[in-house]
Amino acid sequence: MDLNFGLQQLDLPLIWYILLGILMSGYAILDGFDLGVGILHPLAQTDQERRIFINTIGPIWDGNEVWLVTFGGALFAAFPEAYATAFSAFYIPFMLLLFALIFRAVSIEFRSKMESALWRTCWDYGFFLSSLLASILFGVAVGNMMIGIPLDARGIFTGDILTLLSPYTILLGLLTASLFTMHGTLFLHLKVPYGGLHQRTSEWMWHAWGMFLVLFLLATIYTFAFVPRAIPNFERAPWASLIIFMTVLSVANIPRSIYMKLPGQAFLSSSILIISLVCLFGMALWPNLITASNQSGLSLTIYNASSSLGTLNRMLIIACIGMPLVLIYLFIIYWTFRKRVEIEEHSY
Amino acid sequence: MDINVAELSRIQFALTIMFHYLFPPLTIGMGIVMVYLEGMFLWKKDPIYLSAAKFWTQLFAVSFAMGVATGIVMEFQFGTNWAVYSRFVGDVFGSALAAEGIFAFFLESGFLAVLVFGWNKVSAGFHFFATLMVSLGSIFSAVWIIVANSWQQTPAGHLIVQMFRDGKPWIIQGRPVFRAEITDFWSMIFNPSTLERLLHTLLGAFTLGTFFIMSISAYYLLRRRHQEFAKRSFTGALILATIVSIFQLFSGHSNAKMVAYYQPAKLAAFEGLFQTGPARLSILGWPNPEAKKTEYELGIPGLLSFLALGDSHAPVIGLDRVPEKYWPPIRISFMSYHLMVAIGTFFILLTLFASFLRLKRTLFEKRWLLWIFVGAVGLAMIANEVGWVAAEVGRQPWTVHPTTLRNSSGEVALNEQGQIQYRLEEGLLTQQAISESVRSTEVVLSIITFGFIYLLLLVIWLLVLNNKIHHGPSIATRMPVPPSSDTDNDTDNDTDNKGLLETVSSRVEKSDSMTESKSNESKSNESKSNESKSNKSKEDI
Repeated sequence: MDLNFGLQQLDLPLIWYILLGILMSGYAILDGFDLGVGILHPLAQTDQERRIFINTIGPIWDGNEVWLVTFGGALFAAFPEAYATAFSAFYIPFMLLLFALIFRAVSIEFRSKMESALWRTCWDYGFFLSSLLASILFGVAVGNMMIGIPLDARGIFTGDILTLLSPYTILLGLLTASLFTMHGTLFLHLKVPYGGLHQRTSEWMWHAWGMFLVLFLLATIYTFAFVPRAIPNFERAPWASLIIFMTVLSVANIPRSIYMKLPGQAFLSSSILIISLVCLFGMALWPNLITASNQSGLSLTIYNASSSLGTLNRMLIIACIGMPLVLIYLFIIYWTFRKRVEIEEHSY
Repeated sequence: MDINVAELSRIQFALTIMFHYLFPPLTIGMGIVMVYLEGMFLWKKDPIYLSAAKFWTQLFAVSFAMGVATGIVMEFQFGTNWAVYSRFVGDVFGSALAAEGIFAFFLESGFLAVLVFGWNKVSAGFHFFATLMVSLGSIFSAVWIIVANSWQQTPAGHLIVQMFRDGKPWIIQGRPVFRAEITDFWSMIFNPSTLERLLHTLLGAFTLGTFFIMSISAYYLLRRRHQEFAKRSFTGALILATIVSIFQLFSGHSNAKMVAYYQPAKLAAFEGLFQTGPARLSILGWPNPEAKKTEYELGIPGLLSFLALGDSHAPVIGLDRVPEKYWPPIRISFMSYHLMVAIGTFFILLTLFASFLRLKRTLFEKRWLLWIFVGAVGLAMIANEVGWVAAEVGRQPWTVHPTTLRNSSGEVALNEQGQIQYRLEEGLLTQQAISESVRSTEVVLSIITFGFIYLLLLVIWLLVLNNKIHHGPSIATRMPVPPSSDTDNDTDNDTDNKGLLETVSSRVEKSDSMTESKSNESKSNESKSNESKSNKSKEDI
């Protein structure tokens, strides 16, 4: 007996490309605000405020990070060649990312476990720096995917760490950090208890949005000017202009919603913005997963880097069984912890 | 390519996996106990079960966080350090990892939130359900990881397939490129070693979880703190630990038989068996691979032949039948295997003896025995670690162990030199499985950083654990009920408190007046704190 429902006729690599996009969007939306809260953490003024910050994401950050782990697993299963090339190419950045994620996890977990002020200050810095570093590194990785990396005939990275750090990739790192900061501010505004802190978050929303807008415009101009490969797919598929339209609309709707005192809508817009940006990224890349910057024929595409069709088929069935369950869990947690944060005996 | 990268990557993998593996078996084992405690609370409505569940949840959460933080590293490390391996097995191994993410991690992490933070937000029944789901999730996680790892040990359900590019065979430097692809999903999942190894691993996890709980409970008993809580936790854990230790003996035996059939070189290394023939079960020794013999040997003649093959005169394949280039590191395999078996045997004796004393109602007076239990958790951790060391080092020099060739009657097929043969195209040597683009300096840097960070984490984990243990369990009043009417709520509270006092006094053992007076003292302390708690909750209302 084998898992097989004759799905091989479908364009399975494309379906898996889209599924990876969904996992990436899910991760960026959910852990995006977690990381944003971490970046904003130094703005909390008292220990009580810092505890509130951590407890806005307290019950959910761990589940949000699972999206990243599953993205990694799905990439490994569906496109092992791309997984192997990307992860070994980005060795140092990924190690830094891992260190950051470890520190973040334990900072959240351990910070409030002891009373000592020094103990808490150390973890506060750990939480802030690891969140910032992780956000920037995600952006750097996306930047490198956009411009491509040098590969040999076997699909092995031939550059070094300096190849990975260019002005463009650093710009995208900052852009990602500012996106998550804005997303995190909008989230905090929904979750912190009413009062002075709540007031202050509404001011931060404007600053965060402004900062994002500046970096977003810079990155857009830079992409048009220096990353020509990002354009042709959009010329070939006119419907893709819908994504651009959605991006612009959601960027514009954020200040409108803040002004109209609709924080829920502002958060929703920023979530849609993240989906739109992932779609833009996916459109620009397609059909490549990893673009060879030296010779386009060496690129790893979704067709030449994928697993066997049988495996993609079986994994699709697993995803179809698993994803509804995931959505149920997600609903249960966010429903249980839907209220604004109150510090109680079980809080961090 | 720098040859050192392989050795460095192995060191890094060993460091990160061994550190990571301190935590998952602990949380898997504790999860079962927490399900039991909350189930008992729902059934008996005795609040001491609730306070016990809450206490262990705190320790569980801290350990779980460590497991998550160090687990992400494992998922990424296949790609960062073992790119050739990832390309070769991604179709098979990646599937199991992805399934683990979807089926296990989301379940665990989702309900963990309810378990840790939901005490006052959901009903007692739903909270129990969440605990059950976290426990189930951690077991699912073990299932998928064991599936993936067992496939590396005894591959099945796949074919080695030549890769194509643009419709033509893909040739790199004159050599075609191959990889493993799943052909039969269920044979891959239930490959010959999956079930045996899963059972052995889970039993190991339950051992660690129960010994952890017994260790802390024994400590409380020795310090004469939280005695009622400690006695119940200890007894519950002891029952489970005794059953598990005995089962582990049978599971270990059937694992050894399985290894004897599928990985004869590994079994020979475990036993330090250099000569093929009727074999002794080695108890002590120091294998010397250069001299090809085991020194200072002490063993039971014929027993290995009997255990592995069912006949004390049957020849067991020794290392002389294995080409030397395919020998695993023999000393590490031998020592880690023997240490695991020794600890397992000790645990059988220890738990049986303790159970016997518990039935005689004298266990908690044997202070020396309680001290042994305080320390035994360290042995349980070591047994889990060295068990995996034996399994993984014994698989070397392969990352994916090839099938041993057998003839039509099922006998191992020997070549002209009288040596066993492998289906070589199936295997992948560890030395060749590395990332070609990674340099040794990069790995050295990451090893140093991991070492530093993990040492720090270990210290912090122990510090927080120590802090929690010294603080001890606080008596929980009750799970919140929907606030239908406040007076009802109060009466409920009072009956519960009475219930606790009654149970405590009925449980005080009559044999030792010293213990009795002490436990009465602690009982009154507990009820005092209980009162203050319920007063506080009344104030809240």
